[in-house]
Amino acid sequence: MLVIKDLHANVDGVEVLKGINLNIKKGEVHAIMGPNGSGKSTLSKVVSGHPDYEVTQGSVVYKDEDILSFDPSDRALKGIFMGFQYPVEIPGVNNEEFLKMALNAKRLYQGKDEISPEDFNKLLEEKLDLIKAGGKFKNRYLNVGLSGGEKKKNEILQLAILEPDLAILDETDSGLDIDALKVVANGIKEVISKDQSLILITHYQRLLDYIQPDYVHVLSDGKIIKSGDKTLAMKLEEQGYDWLVN
Amino acid sequence: MSDIDISAINSEYKYGFKTDIETDALPKGLSEDVVRFISAKKNEPEFMLNFRLKAYKKWLTMDEPDWAKLNYPRIDFQDIVYYSAPKFKEEFSSLDEVDPLLLETYEKLGISLDEQKQLANVAVDAVFDSVSVTTTHRKKLMDMGVYFCSISEALQEFPELIEEYIGTVVPIGDNFFAALNSAVFTDGSFVFIPPDLKCPIELSTYFRINNEEAGQFERTMIVASENSYVSYLEGCTAPQFNTNQLHAAVVELITLEGAEIKYSTVQNWYAGDRKTGKGGIFNFVTKRGLCKGDNSKISWAQVETGSAITWKYPSCILKGDNSVGEFYSVAVTNGKMQADTGTKMVHIGKNTKSTIISKGISTDQSKNAYRGLVRVNKGAKNARNYSQCDSMLIGDECAAFTYPYVESANSSAHLEHEASTSKISEEQLFYFEQRGISREDAIAMIVNGFCKDVFKQLPLEFAAEAEALMKIKLENSVG
Repeated sequence: MLVIKDLHANVDGVEVLKGINLNIKKGEVHAIMGPNGSGKSTLSKVVSGHPDYEVTQGSVVYKDEDILSFDPSDRALKGIFMGFQYPVEIPGVNNEEFLKMALNAKRLYQGKDEISPEDFNKLLEEKLDLIKAGGKFKNRYLNVGLSGGEKKKNEILQLAILEPDLAILDETDSGLDIDALKVVANGIKEVISKDQSLILITHYQRLLDYIQPDYVHVLSDGKIIKSGDKTLAMKLEEQGYDWLVN
Repeated sequence: MSDIDISAINSEYKYGFKTDIETDALPKGLSEDVVRFISAKKNEPEFMLNFRLKAYKKWLTMDEPDWAKLNYPRIDFQDIVYYSAPKFKEEFSSLDEVDPLLLETYEKLGISLDEQKQLANVAVDAVFDSVSVTTTHRKKLMDMGVYFCSISEALQEFPELIEEYIGTVVPIGDNFFAALNSAVFTDGSFVFIPPDLKCPIELSTYFRINNEEAGQFERTMIVASENSYVSYLEGCTAPQFNTNQLHAAVVELITLEGAEIKYSTVQNWYAGDRKTGKGGIFNFVTKRGLCKGDNSKISWAQVETGSAITWKYPSCILKGDNSVGEFYSVAVTNGKMQADTGTKMVHIGKNTKSTIISKGISTDQSKNAYRGLVRVNKGAKNARNYSQCDSMLIGDECAAFTYPYVESANSSAHLEHEASTSKISEEQLFYFEQRGISREDAIAMIVNGFCKDVFKQLPLEFAAEAEALMKIKLENSVG
């Protein structure tokens, strides 16, 4: 599904990723952990094609294609979804319209017709139920006036509607209290099927109590310094990162 | 213009073609003789000639205004043709007599003058280089007591109405361009709505500049009698020339007691080359409405997407008690366009109310200024105004300015003003793109959201046209 080889990337001329290697197969769940500033968010931005990040070396191959030259929207249409750590507010743009537009962009790309308003309403209600979100997410401007937790929930709603092949969730658990975390984590669990691959970028082990990763990687200073199974996450929770970094 | 095929609007400026048609034109230059020639050519009553001559003399004493936030070379008023008309017979008994080239031009613009193909609920007055070509649905309107014709025809048929109202809202010496227009205007539309009639069809005028050297000076007048209502639409396009054409129109609206006029404009004059700024229309327009009677209302809605220079402040004089003035505006500038636009709301009567919603969008190296005045006179007890002026910047090289002036001589007035400036950020666009939505669609969606409060004031077909135009204007404007 996704093969990252020796990936180096700069932000404002400073090297942040210093040779990342990662291999993710269909249906696998990978957790990427690491201290602040280790390059976790950068990795998600580089894979999704954010223009502020300059790739200086290496390759990102997704479904057997090197995607580094593709526009962010092309990557999205090919099935890569990123859940944002800080979803931006967009006044004036209706959340529901936005969801419909994104879904239709994908359907057109796949050679399908646009979804009918009735079918879309049905789909939306179904997904709102799935993640236990109310009508609050329909008639409002995109992310405007939502709490931190609600914004994350809105990301999960988009994930549910768009059904990507690869989802990268960037610190979806940050800034959530314990109750909100539970709702969001269970939402992800409900939404992700066994055919979809998932990368969870997180600081804390607590998200992994809900979603069991197949692999855990520790990122430090732009490199993966340790990989293991979910017991690695538990060890990190107990002992912190110091034993690995130093 | 309401039946414009949106799917066909996909090029940068699809109205940039010129029609090769024989015209009857004066040589360049302005003098008292030219003013007399125009009046004689139109066989005008004497009061009209006197009005023009008075305006011309006044104009000679006036200076071109320079207070607006606009940079452009001084206009040489002797280098303009003041009369240019497509050559045709004085009157047509049917459309068969109209030059097919003209009909074709309007078809190309998406406006059918053919009785068979006309929209049932929209009447059109087509003005080509300052001369009215034809007005559709005339008879149907006449039967209801509505006069909708060119102002030249109105001068022949209802001179007393023109004499009563012309210059009462925009006096001849009001400003430099209004004085010029008063002296040399060649045509425009005239509307009269009889008492107690809610005009069931939309009236529209479609202005087309074709001659490279001619200035376009139209004069539009709408009189709404007691308790009547009319919705009027105005659209404008011009060919692409490397030189600038001057457009200096005057619009006067009058509402009597309990009457309402809704005036909507989609202005899409050629704006000049987007990269070099060469060519384009200089649009210096005076639009003003007088709420003469109590409980009357005038509402302006404008979408300004064209012209190299826009200098335009559709205003309301709220003279009648409880009268209402509204101004809804979207002005979008790209390339090297400059817009200085806004409104004046003058509160004279008691309990008068005004609303101003202005949305300015700038991109490339363009400049976009809102300039507005809210004045509450001494006798205007309990006057209310709400103003909201929002600017949106796309890119780093454009500029937005807001000049809200408030003068209140009555302490019972309630005036509210809100303003904001925002920028479409790279993060916002990336968010859309990450969901598979193209940059262009993302910008269009954000901008349409920004303009929603104004678009919803437009008649339906106009709103769709406005949205499509905005999208073209903002194509390739980021990154």
